[in-house]
Amino acid sequence: MSSLTDPEVPEETAPKAAAREPLDVKQGGAYLGDRAFKLATGSFAALVLALPLVMIALLYSASRPAIEKFGPGFLTGTTWDPVREEFGALPFIWGTVVSSLIALLIAVPVSLGVAIFLSELCPQKLRRPLGFLVELLAAIPSVVYGFWGIFVMVPWLRESVEPALIRRFGFLPLFRGEPLGFGMLAAGLVLAIMIVPTIASISREVLHAVPDTQREAAMGLGATPWDTIRRAVLPSAKSGIVGAIILGLNRALGETMAVTMVIGNRPKISTSVLDPSYTMASVIANEFTEADKDIYISALSEIGLLLFGVALVMNLVARWLVASTKRKASGKAT
Amino acid sequence: MIEKAPPAASPSGTSTDTAPADSTPVGARPAGAPPGPGSRHTHLLVAAPGERARKLRSTMWLWLCGLSAVVVLIPLLSIFVYVVQKGAAGLSLSFFTELPKPVGETGGGMGNAVVGTLTLIAIASAIGLPVGILSGVYIAEVGRGKVADLVRFFAEVLSGVPSITVGVFVYALLVVPMKQFSAFAGGVSLAIIMIPTVTRTTEELLRMVPSHLREASLALGVPMWRTSLFVVLRTAAPGIATGVMLSVARIAGETAPLLFTAFNNRFMSTRLDQPIASLPVQILTYSTSPYEDWQQQAWTGALVLVVVILMLNVLARLGARSRIGAKR
Repeated sequence: MSSLTDPEVPEETAPKAAAREPLDVKQGGAYLGDRAFKLATGSFAALVLALPLVMIALLYSASRPAIEKFGPGFLTGTTWDPVREEFGALPFIWGTVVSSLIALLIAVPVSLGVAIFLSELCPQKLRRPLGFLVELLAAIPSVVYGFWGIFVMVPWLRESVEPALIRRFGFLPLFRGEPLGFGMLAAGLVLAIMIVPTIASISREVLHAVPDTQREAAMGLGATPWDTIRRAVLPSAKSGIVGAIILGLNRALGETMAVTMVIGNRPKISTSVLDPSYTMASVIANEFTEADKDIYISALSEIGLLLFGVALVMNLVARWLVASTKRKASGKAT
Repeated sequence: MIEKAPPAASPSGTSTDTAPADSTPVGARPAGAPPGPGSRHTHLLVAAPGERARKLRSTMWLWLCGLSAVVVLIPLLSIFVYVVQKGAAGLSLSFFTELPKPVGETGGGMGNAVVGTLTLIAIASAIGLPVGILSGVYIAEVGRGKVADLVRFFAEVLSGVPSITVGVFVYALLVVPMKQFSAFAGGVSLAIIMIPTVTRTTEELLRMVPSHLREASLALGVPMWRTSLFVVLRTAAPGIATGVMLSVARIAGETAPLLFTAFNNRFMSTRLDQPIASLPVQILTYSTSPYEDWQQQAWTGALVLVVVILMLNVLARLGARSRIGAKR
């Protein structure tokens, strides 16, 4: 850019530099300015290093009273009664896990379809705008998703989808109950919409990294386009796609507002996806400001710590999978 | 894994002249399509038995992929249509200037929330941008090897933290010691969400700057810090601006971390040590209220928020495109 032609930079500093001793780039630290620069950027980097550590430490200390009082029983207890100071997080863990699984069940096939379409089939002209639209889904704020969920999706579920499910599959415990609209199914559906862009765009990148020689070889052997994708492209991209799915799951687990607005917020474990439920993130969002006792806040903090832990592990595994797939795929290509 | 994909047991006869559909190692056939007896002598141009089914199956799956791309766009379209249709009705100047009115009184606006959101974004940027950009500079330019890897790794860890957990953290960090909700605490929690994105974009873009620029500058005797800041960082600046826009777009819509940090405020406020209103929180409160006036306001708020976020995204996209165009 223009920086090099900028007269200020070379003219002002060149004579100074020349007056100094040997110009060893690696010993740039010899300059005072360089030392200050290293110190400044280093301290900001140290801040980034410190943040997650401080976060864990602080969350742990905030949730310590609850950890000490309830022990591992916190994870298996099913009663959440702030009045009697009984705190068991199982209904929330259940709600989070099940709603996320429903989301995956819906989002994974659709996202893979989108990713395959975008990377393998889509006409070149459509590729950018379509990819952009899919990514816009990720840009919509979750409170808007929740709002839309309340006024559009939930009524649709209540009036069309859920009655039909009850009529056809009502004999299964999965679809027993009243068509309320608000509930696990609504949460799963809205989460599915929200995680599609995550899974689709990362899968697309991973598919893109598969070398074309794979495709050409398969096509040359007479494979149909679909067989090429299924037999030659997808296997190479497999672990990266798994990584993409885990990142999507990670987003679903931590998602708060949209879920809180449509899940019905009832801390009960039910086998039916039509029943209202409650998630870990929702209970924090709903009750944190109302928590009047220290042990109550501590219990909510412990749920926050749990969320952090789960997210941390999944994030690392997923990123490792995606990175290793990309590395392998592009490494083989050259 | 790639090794598995090429033909494992392709008979040498799979060459072009007598390609029987079945020996194509790539096509896994269901049992329903047995190898045709006459296929061995089939001419290349005549479809072998099973070939039709194979092609049909391929076409079907490809259509399903295309269909899923259409299905994804349905909710997007639906959200846009509803937000625009319902939100436009309440759009007026007073929406941006007036304060919310109590239930029963018509009119009023979300002026406090608009100002609040802008204030929060300003605080978050004031904290998040220096930290994010300079730690990105550290990873790409200053730090070497393990330390830089570690910082990058921790930034990734940070980006995976659920936003509600960030809220709990900032509550314990700032709200408890300060003994009250505050705009500052809200800004800090948004900054924490912003930092990892900015760090990563900065690093990636600095790495894309051709090294001859760096070398030329150093060869002219320009000290490293000036090279990094005024040559490398300045070259990458338009790209970083794109990343910054996207991260601002992201935090503008965040609700969860504000619930118990910035809280809410019924009045106009720009004081950092007081609770402050924000568009997302206001939308949440109004959309879940039973009053139609308020719901109307919430739709308008959602429209404003979505339009702003969309514009930031489109701008960033256009910026990215022109940058790539310039490079090539």
